[in-house]
Amino acid sequence: MKGFYLLLAGVAVVGGGVLWYGSRATPAAAPSGPLPVAATDGFRGYALGSDSAPVEITEYSDFECPFCASFATVQMPVIREQLIATGKARWRYRDFPLPTHAYSRYAALAAQCGGEQGKFWQMHDQLFSNHQWAQTGKNPRGLFRDFARTIGLDLDKYDACMDGQRYAGRIQASVQEGEARGVKGTPSFFVNGRPYEGRSASDDFKALVDSLTKKHK
Amino acid sequence: MIRRQAIVLLALVGLLIATYLWLYKIGVLGELKCGTGSCEYVQTSRYAELLGLPVALYGVVGYATLLGLGLAGLQPRLASDRRVSRLLAALATAGFGFTVYLTAIELFVLHAICRWCVASAVIITATWVLSLADLRRARATL
Repeated sequence: MKGFYLLLAGVAVVGGGVLWYGSRATPAAAPSGPLPVAATDGFRGYALGSDSAPVEITEYSDFECPFCASFATVQMPVIREQLIATGKARWRYRDFPLPTHAYSRYAALAAQCGGEQGKFWQMHDQLFSNHQWAQTGKNPRGLFRDFARTIGLDLDKYDACMDGQRYAGRIQASVQEGEARGVKGTPSFFVNGRPYEGRSASDDFKALVDSLTKKHK
Repeated sequence: MIRRQAIVLLALVGLLIATYLWLYKIGVLGELKCGTGSCEYVQTSRYAELLGLPVALYGVVGYATLLGLGLAGLQPRLASDRRVSRLLAALATAGFGFTVYLTAIELFVLHAICRWCVASAVIITATWVLSLADLRRARATL
């Protein structure tokens, strides 16, 4: 009997050690299966603002990128108020999940699945406003599902969308589009189709849009 | 006695596997070591939760209970206690039934196999068989 308890203790120590070691190792993989690639459906990204706005700003962004989160939470509210709500500019969001980020593609998928139910921007705001998930390196699946619940998504539909990785091809197409346009990092902007090299600040965007609007008139 | 020892050992290994999957589920582990299987696909599917709790947590609780019960059943005072055999058989049967359901989900709904889930399924199946054998022995010694 003593031998049996020794064996039991050995298994417990080895198994516990493996779990402890695993919990300390750096996480690397996103919670996703094989990605269906690039079957683009002609989708050009979610847009905010009037179709008749004279200026269109396209943003290539990554939900896990801290600069993108800072831009979305600090600059974007002002841009929405001063440029989008006033009809001066239309804002288009394009996914550009960087390969160095473990969960950015998964986050992009969550936003697209929110968009499927008409709540892309609400999910976008949740992902950027509660950006702690990007710093922990932990599997954010449960947290994203909480975001989905918070913004009132139908969770069955959300789960089906996420499980099936329904918009993985759309995200990949967006990445390929960004690469073709020379996007190297995030956030990157294009104003009326031209690369924007200025500061990522609401004042600078306002000045540029105002100057373009004057020319337009 | 050897059957109960085997049940205890299996329950301990099952507990470690369930804990591993649960730690992944709650974000403590960043990735699952799965080889060529589809562990993350299975573990991030909607079927990896039941009544708002991770399925792996049910496994942790189930295996921990089996382990505790099995260890109690090894004590000389309870070694021939039929109540322990009954409880072990009831718990193992519930676990086996739950595993059949989960395996069916993997095979027929998700079309993906998680190797750790298969390992757990083998363990609970062996535990179930051993617990039934233990129950039969207990009845025979009446």
